[in-house]
Amino acid sequence: MREHDIAAAISTPQPSVDGPMVRLRGVKKAFGDLIVLNELDFDVAPGEKLVIIGPSGSGKSTILRLLMTLEWPTAGTVEVGGEYLFHAERNGELAPAPLSHIRRVRRKIGMVFQHFDLFPHMTALRNVTLAPEKVLGLSKREATERGNRLLEMVGLGDKVDEYPARLSGGQKQRVAIARALAMEPQVMLFDEVTSALDPELIGEVLEVLRQLASNTEMTMLIVTHEMGFAREIGDRVVMFDGGRVVEEAKPDDMFTNPKEPRTQDFLRAVLERT
Amino acid sequence: MNIPWDWEFAIDIIPDLLDGLVVTVQATLVGISIAMVLGLVFAMARRSQSMLVSRPVGFIVEFVRSTPLLIQLYFLYFVLPNFGIRFDAFLTGAIGLGVHYAAYTSEVYRAGIEGVPRGQWEASTALNLGRADTWTRVVLPQAIPNVIPALGNYVIAMFKDAPLLSAITVVELLQEGNIICSRTYRCLEPYTLVGVMFLAVSIPASIMVRRLERRLARA
Repeated sequence: MREHDIAAAISTPQPSVDGPMVRLRGVKKAFGDLIVLNELDFDVAPGEKLVIIGPSGSGKSTILRLLMTLEWPTAGTVEVGGEYLFHAERNGELAPAPLSHIRRVRRKIGMVFQHFDLFPHMTALRNVTLAPEKVLGLSKREATERGNRLLEMVGLGDKVDEYPARLSGGQKQRVAIARALAMEPQVMLFDEVTSALDPELIGEVLEVLRQLASNTEMTMLIVTHEMGFAREIGDRVVMFDGGRVVEEAKPDDMFTNPKEPRTQDFLRAVLERT
Repeated sequence: MNIPWDWEFAIDIIPDLLDGLVVTVQATLVGISIAMVLGLVFAMARRSQSMLVSRPVGFIVEFVRSTPLLIQLYFLYFVLPNFGIRFDAFLTGAIGLGVHYAAYTSEVYRAGIEGVPRGQWEASTALNLGRADTWTRVVLPQAIPNVIPALGNYVIAMFKDAPLLSAITVVELLQEGNIICSRTYRCLEPYTLVGVMFLAVSIPASIMVRRLERRLARA
């Protein structure tokens, strides 16, 4: 994969945003009595590659799922590109937004899942072209052209007509990345995208992410346990625990000189495992 | 033992019975169409986020499943006309059969829909697909193939329940048999042939359903 392919393949328009691309204020998420996110204030700058680490159950995936509107906050506000995601302003007051509003703001966001979640009854190409056709209104030809280009970019130009069942985990995840990119999101969410992969397949997926990170202006939120990768591509790393940000720092500082005991313990545990 | 079977009589009554069989098959086909479509509508409505939709539909499904088809048919045919709703006997019967079985097929569809992993819904949300596209492009194409054999079994069950329509004056296969029996006082031949005709349709239909099941299991 050549580097200029990526920039050429992804023509995501990156409108200038004043202030943060993603802004969480007082976000709380509870499942019954269990508080998963607690009074979270949190910004991500446009174009920033933010890596989120933390033990399982720390709420790090919940942030991504909230941004993708797969979960709804119990309290607080989420803004994306300067617009409220779950709320709309009415007479100067914030009210729950109608679905049409949520859908419109949600178009700025794309997500790649741990378990790929490809549509098993569609070819790789159809997985990528479906939403651009149905949601963005692209013609069949335009969508196919875009789909081929993106699958080529993730190194699967020869697999466009294969069904997911005939692809390896790494290939599936690369199709899933192409599928998300086809919607030209401004913010991409990566939720432990290598955690379900066999060790020898992790590299090919990380390589695609690496290229995306270094060649596009997309804002990226990456939840991962791949610390070397996090250090390499992250602009900033935040450590989560108990639904709160425990520590945040530049990757080099975070990984060489973590300040909080909780971070030190976590990094030690993770690095020993690998 | 001397079985009092009269071949000449039996052959004589076959045309009338075949007329009845045609009516039975027609009623079943109309019933199937209703049950397949309405069952899917019920199943989708029961998943609606609005309780104003899901609760009443859930109630209707449980109500229909918990009362006998025969009573439902009587109600449709003898009670509804008091409220100015009147169809002819055949249509009433076919609709009754269809609505009754829709309650069952809706449960089959529901199982199929619940068998589609949550990740498929979430991926659809992440791609911003609308509700209609999520259902028709993502969920149903995965849910329905798995439940076709179960639906096929209800088709056969429906065919076998069609004689209940005789209770509301539809002259279907069994009713033809009744008529011949009471006209001639010979009941052995007509009822035997009625049974044979049901077998002649049910058995090939069962075989087809089983074949379909195997083919889908392979795919």
